[in-house]
Amino acid sequence: MNLLELGAAALAAAVREGEVSARQAVEAYIQQVQASEPTVGAYLRLDEAGAREQAERIDQASWEERRRWPLAGVPVAVKDNIVMEGMETTAGSKILSGWVPPYSATVVERLVAAGAIILGKTNLDEFAMGSSTEFSAYHPTYNPWDPGRVPGGSSGGSAAAVAAGSALVALGSDTGGSIRQPAAYCGVVGLKPTYGRVSRYGLIAFASSLDQIGPLARTVEDAALLLEVLAGVDAKDATSVDEPVPPYRQHLDQPLPGLRIGVPAEYFGEGIDPVVQRTVEAALQRLAAGGAQLVPISLPHTPYAIATYYLIAPAEASSNLARYDGIRFGLRQPASDLTQLYESTRAAGFGVEVKRRILLGTHVLSAGYYDAYYLRAEKVRTLIRQDFEQAFAHVDVVATPTTPDLPFPLGSRSDDPLRMYLSDVCTVTSNLAGLPAISVPCGWAEGLPVGLQLIGPAFSEDLLLRAARMVEAVTERPRWPWQREEA
Amino acid sequence: MGFTVRDVRHVARLARLAVSEKEAERLVSDLNAVLTYAEQLNALTTDSVLPTFHGLGRAMPLREDAVHPSFSPERALSQAPQVKDAMFVVPRILEGDGEGGAEE
Repeated sequence: MNLLELGAAALAAAVREGEVSARQAVEAYIQQVQASEPTVGAYLRLDEAGAREQAERIDQASWEERRRWPLAGVPVAVKDNIVMEGMETTAGSKILSGWVPPYSATVVERLVAAGAIILGKTNLDEFAMGSSTEFSAYHPTYNPWDPGRVPGGSSGGSAAAVAAGSALVALGSDTGGSIRQPAAYCGVVGLKPTYGRVSRYGLIAFASSLDQIGPLARTVEDAALLLEVLAGVDAKDATSVDEPVPPYRQHLDQPLPGLRIGVPAEYFGEGIDPVVQRTVEAALQRLAAGGAQLVPISLPHTPYAIATYYLIAPAEASSNLARYDGIRFGLRQPASDLTQLYESTRAAGFGVEVKRRILLGTHVLSAGYYDAYYLRAEKVRTLIRQDFEQAFAHVDVVATPTTPDLPFPLGSRSDDPLRMYLSDVCTVTSNLAGLPAISVPCGWAEGLPVGLQLIGPAFSEDLLLRAARMVEAVTERPRWPWQREEA
Repeated sequence: MGFTVRDVRHVARLARLAVSEKEAERLVSDLNAVLTYAEQLNALTTDSVLPTFHGLGRAMPLREDAVHPSFSPERALSQAPQVKDAMFVVPRILEGDGEGGAEE
């Protein structure tokens, strides 16, 4: 049996029963990492020793202990803006080069307590600011379906690792689409939970009112299993919400007869690649043939979402990134006075996209511009949120393309920030409204994956996962890139 | 409204970020493109709309103001670029040997 073929639930069950050892699973994945990394570059750092140690611990545990671990022996990749005690974490930035966090994120503690094995830390756009992973200060990551193209971003390393079989599941973070867009580009499932569903403690902050951690996985079932472990209130994150966590995976195959799927006019047509649109529409027709109701709707403020997002997110980032000052951790440039120390440390440590966003954010918050830009954007955010509230009065979920286009070639957008920002047109709205959204592959065009996004009301992850499972059931999936390599 | 090199210098100063001549020119055009794009928000009437500052429209929860175990000073200082006697070392900000005036 090729261990890479097993899903997370099946692998964990086999490890719990002692049919497969965690050590065997880890070795299979380490071997695949070594095979795929030269062409994919998904990881910034591998922790083979730590992974083997955790595997050993799992294999030596009693059955009584092991049977309580939902992710026993499951190899996980973690985006490098999520901290793990004792393991260098850079968030893809030079300013944190060499920084070894003295604590672990709540999600990392939950994974380890569930028996998961952390293989390493994955590449990202610096501080999660980007849509292609080209803004990593270290190296680019290549799309496993076509190495000439980007994997998306900012969780490009995590999405590429899952598609390349170099991790079974992965953690990402999503501020404006950073889980869903790379999931779509890499042909995997990516879920951004409701704001507050998953603790952000230990996530290096980008825009705190928008950031959420979530799973990337090969299948909806694996994403559901991972979310069950990640979700829940945490005393260390005051914005985490004390809502019950349903057994997502157990509910997956409960049918949704007559599911009302809202199809918003603003997400189709102008600005959407016809190939992507056709693929998404065909998937929706297959759902309709299976009994779902397609309801044409309007979310009229959608055209304002990118402008709103690219004022609010940089504003919050400019404040969050003020902490990288060369005093308490990270890079410090030598200087004779304190102001010079701040200015030269930050100039040397931050890359071009991060500087752009810090300056843009500082500008829109500065005296004389706050009302015209920042406050106005926060008001338009209310209008965007209200669009969804009105829609959910008569539909259960909203379906859109996850991205306006297919994965683009490396280097084709990195010099045009506004063009890059427009890649996020379908995903930013759910962050602004705090809503959960999932991207699930719905077809392949020109050999490249196309993602369908489902957005639901707050805390409707259970429903979203079941609806995504329906999409999965009517989608024909080609062999994974790592399965093709074997043939 | 055009965003100029002078504006870049001003916000770079506020953000404590040194910007080279070449970077400043590039930033002027990049930021102008985004700010011009953002002007489309002016087409909306928002006078009576309340802002949404947070993703979830819920009140922040309160908790007991209780002391919990936390990092030791050694652990908190473990990643500092320069430490002496359990304190962060920074360039001198006061003139003279002791109680001088502020530098600026």
